[in-house]
Amino acid sequence: MLRKLLVWLGVTLMVFSLFLVFVYVPTERTMGIVQKIFYLMVPMGWLAILSFLIIFVGSIFYLAKKSRRWDNLAFCGAETGLVFTTLALIIGSIWAKPIWGVWWTWEPRLTATLVLWLIYIAYFMVRSFASEEYRGATFAAVVGIVGFVDIPIIILSTTLWRGMHPGPIIFQGGLEPAMLFTLLVSLAAFTVLYVLILTQRVSLRNDQMELARLKELYH
Amino acid sequence: MENTGFLLAAFSIVWAVVFGYILLMVNRQRKLRIEIASLKATLKEKGIE
Repeated sequence: MLRKLLVWLGVTLMVFSLFLVFVYVPTERTMGIVQKIFYLMVPMGWLAILSFLIIFVGSIFYLAKKSRRWDNLAFCGAETGLVFTTLALIIGSIWAKPIWGVWWTWEPRLTATLVLWLIYIAYFMVRSFASEEYRGATFAAVVGIVGFVDIPIIILSTTLWRGMHPGPIIFQGGLEPAMLFTLLVSLAAFTVLYVLILTQRVSLRNDQMELARLKELYH
Repeated sequence: MENTGFLLAAFSIVWAVVFGYILLMVNRQRKLRIEIASLKATLKEKGIE
């Protein structure tokens, strides 16, 4: 019931956000139409960070309680996080080309996001290289906790270092009300979509564990 | 309009990846559930579960 409600809420918000982006919100004067990528890029970045927060919390609880439930949550957060961090990097590049004239530059925000992507990869690598599953889960939990250091670096990168990336205009009130409204709707739509994807992934993970348990019984 | 291609590319990539990922998960889960049901039936026949 709750899931159905979330699906409808997600679809409604997503359609509304597309309407706002393509019809309602005014085109920015300096950057032109390509600035509208902003309403996609910010949610991707937000989901990349939210996913790592889930890994961080899941990893702490896994190490404290040794419960598979928490490891499963962290693992699923890592997989969805890898998808959205990859998208954030791709969308960032597509935005950078017409605005900065290059697909990629070693700018603090971009570099910190790339480091986050590498931490996600490391999370899966330590899992797959471990000889036993519980060891892999423990090593990955350590990566999930230590790697969280990169999150404040990403958030503060535009204020700590003077890069090419725009500063925190959202929090400084530098956005026109229509643009802020569009961004908030877009963020809400993608967050609902993310919750649906994550719960689907957790459910799939639980089925995978159940199958492994049954196979063990069978052999 | 100038740079419209970049905007369309960004939206297309995000939606293609998101839908692709969801479809992949749903398909994998469907297959897994069939396998789980069949294995459960076999185990029940053997009196294990």
